[in-house]
Amino acid sequence: MASENPTASEYIQHHLQNLTYGQHPDGSWGIAHGAAEAAEMGFWAIHLDTMGFSIALGVLFLWLFRSAAKKAHAGVPSGLQNFVELMVDFVDGSVKETFHGKSKVIAPLALTIFVWVFLMNTMDLIPVDFIPALAGLMGIEYMKVVPTTDMNATLGMAFSVFALIIYYSIKVKGVGGFIGELTLQPFGKWMIPFNLLLEGVGLIAKPISLALRLFGNLYAGELIFILIAILPFWVQWALSVPWAIFHILVIVLQAFIFMMLTIVYLSMAHEEH
Amino acid sequence: MNLNLTLFGQAISFAIFVWFCMKYVWPPVIAALEERSKKIADGLEAANRASRDLETAQEQATKTLRESKVEAAEIIEQANKRANQIIDEAKEQALTEGQRLRTAAQAEIEQDVMRAKEALRAQVSLLAVTGAEKILGAIVDEKAHSELVEKLAEEL
Repeated sequence: MASENPTASEYIQHHLQNLTYGQHPDGSWGIAHGAAEAAEMGFWAIHLDTMGFSIALGVLFLWLFRSAAKKAHAGVPSGLQNFVELMVDFVDGSVKETFHGKSKVIAPLALTIFVWVFLMNTMDLIPVDFIPALAGLMGIEYMKVVPTTDMNATLGMAFSVFALIIYYSIKVKGVGGFIGELTLQPFGKWMIPFNLLLEGVGLIAKPISLALRLFGNLYAGELIFILIAILPFWVQWALSVPWAIFHILVIVLQAFIFMMLTIVYLSMAHEEH
Repeated sequence: MNLNLTLFGQAISFAIFVWFCMKYVWPPVIAALEERSKKIADGLEAANRASRDLETAQEQATKTLRESKVEAAEIIEQANKRANQIIDEAKEQALTEGQRLRTAAQAEIEQDVMRAKEALRAQVSLLAVTGAEKILGAIVDEKAHSELVEKLAEEL
């Protein structure tokens, strides 16, 4: 920590700082001590906490679902299989409702997004000081436990989805078809630059809005938890409990929206205009 | 907010997770789900078929019941008819038998009467002869007077 008794703004900044590993300006590799050092590391640095938690949660998700999938049978399901089937059926239904093409990727993609984002969002419900304090005891200076409050995480997923959008657009319509879609509408071939601008913005807006929506919602939620944590301890529960209850809705909703929009964007990429 | 390599790290782990999910999680679960829904559909169809079968069986049973009722009624009617016939026949037989018995009895009675008459006649004639003997005081020669006696007996 910056000091033994941090001020409110120091406390907040400390909580919003990722554990960054990268190259210091003097050429040595190591963990950044403070926001300024992390900023100096530039692009070639990595957030160990974001990566660690997201991968751990992803592995948890896959392990859980895989262990159910291995034992999946057509008889009467029970326990974990029930839950997994519920999720799979729900995602499958959502995909079939929106996406009418044939693709083996989209449904598992949607499931992964939904469960993974949900798990990462759920980290928000762990009291804001628990894990950072624990990490502090182990000598780790910074620890941001909610991967989706790191824009790198949301942008990373959104860009992957964006890559899939481009891939399917070209696969279904061909390069010419895709370029034609970007340039020849809505105003016909005499307005190509204008069309390209409009459609280009529309295309780029998809991943950016996808990433920023999730990031913004979770970042704001986390910030409010941090603000509540600044209050005297005897009044915190009066605010954090209602906010946490409300936040459960946000967590599920944002995971669902991310999944749904991914499906919608990919089904749009499959459709001819 | 620093954009850095975490971006690619996330994208790569995301891709790996999606691949794993697509390869090892999705297919078995979906297969199980589809198999179950097929099973359920089969079960429902079987239930439908069974209820249809039951309906036809019930219809068949009702039909059979109706038929056997008709048959039973017919049989009863026939039996009644036959019974009446038998009774009639028996009556007729009894009548003829009675007639026959009566005739036989009458014949016998007549015979008996004749025999009694015969015996009576003989005795009367004997009595008459005996009376005449007494009256005449002499034995009527049976041989001489047998003609007379016979005539007398005939007159009686």
